[in-house]
Amino acid sequence: MKADTHATHGDHADEPAHGSLRGYLTGFFLSVVLTAVPFWLVMGGVPSSKQVAALIIMILAAVQIVVHMISFLHMNARSEGGWTLMALLFTLVLVGITLSGSLWVMYHLNANMMLDPGMSQMP
Amino acid sequence: MSGHVFLQRRPETMSATDMTTTVATPGGGQSRIFHVENEHHADGGSTMLGFWLYLMSDCLIFAMLFAAYGVLGGNYAAGPSPKDLFDLPLVALNTTMLLLSSITYGFAMLTMEKGREGATQAWLAITALFGIAFVSIELNEFSHLIHEGAGPQRSAFLSSFFTLVGTHGLHVTFGLIWMATLMAQVARHGLIAANRRRLMCLSLFWHFLDVIWIGVFTFVYLMGFLR
Repeated sequence: MKADTHATHGDHADEPAHGSLRGYLTGFFLSVVLTAVPFWLVMGGVPSSKQVAALIIMILAAVQIVVHMISFLHMNARSEGGWTLMALLFTLVLVGITLSGSLWVMYHLNANMMLDPGMSQMP
Repeated sequence: MSGHVFLQRRPETMSATDMTTTVATPGGGQSRIFHVENEHHADGGSTMLGFWLYLMSDCLIFAMLFAAYGVLGGNYAAGPSPKDLFDLPLVALNTTMLLLSSITYGFAMLTMEKGREGATQAWLAITALFGIAFVSIELNEFSHLIHEGAGPQRSAFLSSFFTLVGTHGLHVTFGLIWMATLMAQVARHGLIAANRRRLMCLSLFWHFLDVIWIGVFTFVYLMGFLR
């Protein structure tokens, strides 16, 4: 039993992901593209609508974050018995609640504080 | 369970692999014997997970700062807006510096794996130079903004901007200090197991800062320009 756990332990200790040259170069290439495109879109004023531009650069940023996570931070479901992924998912949930909650609450607060003429007729 | 439990260690029954603990309960008089297995863990075996948890907590700090910027970013107090202030080519240059430092740190890790100390040190030095370039460009941008009268006290937008971007810059600065420390450590002790572990922690930290920067240049600079 003890020998078993040690054997598997040893196997894992040998492969703590350092990544490979190919992995790093792929990640770097993708990052360059995913960085250059949003800068080009905004600086060149390519999309006519600002909403469309904002949506595209947000999607590209999300994709680039995933690329960095996989090729530079070597995230996978196996490292540390899956606990790094669990911690990451938990953090993402908290970040999502923090960001969406703050923006949602404060947007409505600002909207309700606005002194538009319609407000005076409210009971 | 009631009352106090007294723990008694009997050294004569302790061995290297397990430890016997006698627990005497005051009321019962009967003593129970527990065999506590002393599991052996490799030195620093849990460091990577612990460091990852630190990074996640750091991620939450940045989430708060992003949320603050998201809420306050439109409050200019009749002052300058992102479009008046931000110099996108400079931000693009800064982003390039950080991205290049990420890949060169990756090369440092690959050469470390092969045990090539000199090459590792060289790649670390190149990474540090890119990092210094990043911090210098950012400080230059900040001093320019403050000189123009767009300091952190000008508006809620600028307060949250300086806090968010400044915190990231401070992280990079501490990463550079850490890198210099590790280069000295490697020069002195070589690529021993402890130094490899430390370099791996710094690798996570450095790439993590690059991930945060993706959020900064997208949400602060590019989206600020689209406002």
